[in-house]
Amino acid sequence: MTAALKIENLEKVYSNGLRALKGIDLEVNEGDFFALLGKNGAGKSTAIGIISSLVNKTSGTVKIFNVDIDQNFPLAKSYIGIVPQEINFSVFETPMQIVMNQAGYYGINSQIARERAQRYLKQLGLWEKRNDISRELSGGMKRRLMIARALVHRPRLLILDEPTAGVDIEIRRSMWEFISRINRQGTTIILTTHYLEEAESLCRNVAIIDDGNVIENTSTRELLSRLQREIYVLDLQQPLAKLPEFNRGKWKLVDSTTLEVDISKEQGINGIFSQLNDNLIRVQSMRNKSNRLEQLFLDMIDSSADRKEEVL
Amino acid sequence: MKWSQIWVAYLTIVRKEITRFTRIWQQTLIPPVITTSLYFVIFGNLIGPRIGDMEGYRYMDFIVPGLILMSVITNSYANVSSSFFSSKFQRSIEEIQVSPTPSSVILLGYVTGGMARGLLVGVVVTIVSIFFSKLSVHNVFVMFSIILLTALLFALGGFTNGLFARKFDDVSIIPTFVLTPLTYLGGIFYSIKLLPEFWQGVSHVNPILYMINAFRYGFLGISDISLSTSYTIIIAFSVVLFLINLRLLNKGYGIRS
Repeated sequence: MTAALKIENLEKVYSNGLRALKGIDLEVNEGDFFALLGKNGAGKSTAIGIISSLVNKTSGTVKIFNVDIDQNFPLAKSYIGIVPQEINFSVFETPMQIVMNQAGYYGINSQIARERAQRYLKQLGLWEKRNDISRELSGGMKRRLMIARALVHRPRLLILDEPTAGVDIEIRRSMWEFISRINRQGTTIILTTHYLEEAESLCRNVAIIDDGNVIENTSTRELLSRLQREIYVLDLQQPLAKLPEFNRGKWKLVDSTTLEVDISKEQGINGIFSQLNDNLIRVQSMRNKSNRLEQLFLDMIDSSADRKEEVL
Repeated sequence: MKWSQIWVAYLTIVRKEITRFTRIWQQTLIPPVITTSLYFVIFGNLIGPRIGDMEGYRYMDFIVPGLILMSVITNSYANVSSSFFSSKFQRSIEEIQVSPTPSSVILLGYVTGGMARGLLVGVVVTIVSIFFSKLSVHNVFVMFSIILLTALLFALGGFTNGLFARKFDDVSIIPTFVLTPLTYLGGIFYSIKLLPEFWQGVSHVNPILYMINAFRYGFLGISDISLSTSYTIIIAFSVVLFLINLRLLNKGYGIRS
């Protein structure tokens, strides 16, 4: 399978001496939906900046569909579409102008550009706003406009840097649906996000960057299988005065109608309910306390920090 | 990119630039016309008759070419420096950066946009000057070639300024402290033959002197400087600035971390 993106020993040292990337290796296969996770300042945006030519690399190689950016950056760039973290279009232009201009920078003639702009603006619910000044668009609309702009030259690799940050849940879900459809049509997608449920539900493979190093790079399924315990929150039908004696799992009475239970994977959920039934406790609803990937992510970041302290 | 695609990219930048300055015409096109009209009224109509003739021409007729060129210089420069800096500030320059558009095309696109504004303002100022002066044309080729080359040179200068600028103040420092004094001392309002020998020598260091004199030659057929020297200086400065800008752009100076 062709690698949509292949990064080898990529290093970035900024002029102030900050080593943002410490020789990372990363490979994303064509057609993949790939999550790039990490804390703020971990090096995700620097990596994306290098791939998209907004940041100069210090050393290492980057290949986009086997095209080395040092050999033929214009060709490599033509394969990529970028949706950046921050708004980066002229707020005095209209959505139509922004998308049309972007097509122009890729050498697409105005007739084709207009057709594509119309298609993507309609698909992303921006057609009615096409002639409005972009400054007047809502935050969600601005983000969708950047997606339309990134797609106008039909990139083979779409990089989304926190595309749903600050977007309400309804629009976020419609954006997920849209991005998934683009992926199903064959576009490789790299997503960075702070919403880990987004990564868990959308992405097939995950890499975690911490302090300039890739500390994990595997499939989402494999990563989730490593989760050994889960915490569930139970909303009770009737108030509970005191926590009964349970013999399996760690239980906690959060308030009179909310219970929390921490169980290992082997214990299973059935055991919880048999204990609840024995104590005549009726449950109204149940949910995970935190997203599973989020739990793993935090564990990994913590253990990475512990390892660093040991070395020091 | 194929040549046809490069051409589309170039036209896109030029169109975007022209759309930008025409959208804010109250800020870009009207002020230079008002300023130059005031020069015509004050220096031409009010003070000019008391000064008398200059190099055998009415004072008003003598200063018109310089005033037209001054408006071209300031507007070509200001358009590129402010537009490019705004693109950096708003980060909309990233739209072009992530695309395969070559650096030379980005440079030429912005410079053409700056030249378009400079020349448009020049045309409007020329039309206004007709109300104050009898415009004569001595050499059309010299007139057009000098105004085009001057617009090119200062648009390139504006691009350099835009690349180096880190805050809005940086965009106005060069026009205020370098460009305006050089323009005023470049022989718009006087012939350098009126100056003492020492100051005549000093004036020759000012590149704007060569442009104004060559442009005035196009209108009146008089110049303090030889035409070939003027062309050589303008073209040499343009080539040097073009190469500097291209090098900086390729390195990503001011736009890439």
